[in-house]
Amino acid sequence: MTALAEAAPSRQGDLPVRKGSTRKRLVPYWLLLPGILWLIVFFALPMVYQASTSVQTGSLEKGFQVTWHFQTYWDAFKEYYPQFVRSLLYAGTATLLCLLLGYPLAYLIAFKAGRWRNIVLVLVIAPFFTSFLIRTLAWKTILADGGPVVHALSSLHVLDVTSWLGWTEGNRVLATPMAVVCGLTYNFLPFMILPLYTSLERIDSRLHEAAGDLYATPATTFRKVTFPLSMPGVVSGTLLTFIPASGDYVNAELLGSTDQKMVGNVIQSQFLRVLDYPTAAALSFILMAIVLVMVTVYIRRAGTEDLV
Amino acid sequence: MPILKWLRRNLVVIAGLATLAYLILPNVVVMVFSFNKPNGRFNYSWTRFSTDAWQDPCGVADMCGSLSLSLQIALWATIGSTVLGAMIAFALVRYRFRARGAINSLIFLPMAMPEVVMAASLLTLFLNMGAQLGFWTILIAHIMFCLSFVVTAVKARVMSMDPRLEEAARDLYAGPVQTFLRVTLPIASPGIAAGALLAFALSFDDFIITNFNAGSTVTFPMFVWGSAQRGTPVQINVIGTAMFIIAVVVVTAGQFIANRRKNSAKA
Repeated sequence: MTALAEAAPSRQGDLPVRKGSTRKRLVPYWLLLPGILWLIVFFALPMVYQASTSVQTGSLEKGFQVTWHFQTYWDAFKEYYPQFVRSLLYAGTATLLCLLLGYPLAYLIAFKAGRWRNIVLVLVIAPFFTSFLIRTLAWKTILADGGPVVHALSSLHVLDVTSWLGWTEGNRVLATPMAVVCGLTYNFLPFMILPLYTSLERIDSRLHEAAGDLYATPATTFRKVTFPLSMPGVVSGTLLTFIPASGDYVNAELLGSTDQKMVGNVIQSQFLRVLDYPTAAALSFILMAIVLVMVTVYIRRAGTEDLV
Repeated sequence: MPILKWLRRNLVVIAGLATLAYLILPNVVVMVFSFNKPNGRFNYSWTRFSTDAWQDPCGVADMCGSLSLSLQIALWATIGSTVLGAMIAFALVRYRFRARGAINSLIFLPMAMPEVVMAASLLTLFLNMGAQLGFWTILIAHIMFCLSFVVTAVKARVMSMDPRLEEAARDLYAGPVQTFLRVTLPIASPGIAAGALLAFALSFDDFIITNFNAGSTVTFPMFVWGSAQRGTPVQINVIGTAMFIIAVVVVTAGQFIANRRKNSAKA
């Protein structure tokens, strides 16, 4: 799961320089050819098709024609901007929650688990092997109306506060923003924990001792030593959480109501039910542009450009 | 207050264990509810204990068929993406060539894109080509999105390999093929295995891209999605629990064997 951290270009210095016959020089191209061709035909080319679809007009019966109708983008955005705002808001909140919940667990595995480390790691990865849809449906049981969780929250008056904030409604958690964010957080938590753990585990424990010897309190040690050194994990963890969460439509569909629909839900229904391909293509391009811009700005700001 | 002091000292451990509980809770619920006998069509609230579903795991129409289809697709997608991905990874680490930057971005971009965007664009391609949606379109899509993850996993391992080992093999008159089969491949195999495992898990559990490109073909995740609308049979929980247990046993056994090997190497 350290995918983003390891996607860095390889160190040029290590490459053995090869001089040889033309046949030998062609070897890397032959190795690259099938895989890269696959990505060009089934990843890059579809983007071109989608771009062309987004500026077409027409109907399903008469067929669609490219008319350079850029108005579709504006219309689609105007009609569905609440879903865009909601997607970014939910995905952002879920990412933050993942960081807050995931950091202590990653820290625990890296520094405190001792001989339990492997068992805890297995427990973090194992849920992956049960289909995520089944696990998301389990949240319907956990958050059920009148169930123990809702009962506890309402007798502690937590639901009064969250209802006032607009996160829940009355004595319900299901079919509210809180349920959707809770599901998103749950689904993408391992994608946060694993990169965090990888970067925490690399920290030399003598640095902690050194900080302690220099009279740093544990809190200061964390703030000045541990956290800055774990930044690569924080950056790739937040990206691996935010990107899939922003396009997700499963949690909003299963745990939310019509008021929690995200942009993924709109794209899905435009494409598969309404069959309004230009609008769906435009929406999907707007989402892609927003995510790519946000990710680029974030990586620049976080100062870890070697991630890409 | 000694209790407060203890709490403060162990705050990280407590918070970490709470997160672990949050992660495990749904699996526990899935497991417990596999022994439920619900009254209605939906298996969301506890009625009474029963082992009916465990005795008849394939008792629901079409479910086991979709499960075996998912396993087949995952198997072929794993083979395809591992072979193609490992080749790319070797080329990226071991050779110098033009357009390296462009190729790196082409591999990175599928991981930096919301799945729904890839799903939708791939569907426009298939619609434009007039392709028949089904097994082959699903397989094509799965190989496409697993590829980048395999490249990343294998690359990490090949990069940490000592190139002198291969030089030594060549000095000892091993041909290129022999060097690759006897030296390079065995050392790279943990990375290749990790990539293949990841590809299998990603493919088997994929819903978003499959939902767009499956046509009327139903994989296991799509069966679960459909049943969330029509009624959730208890057998879904049986399959989920069985998968969880098998995964934990396999991973634990793998670690146990690795540990023993390490210990015997020390001794």
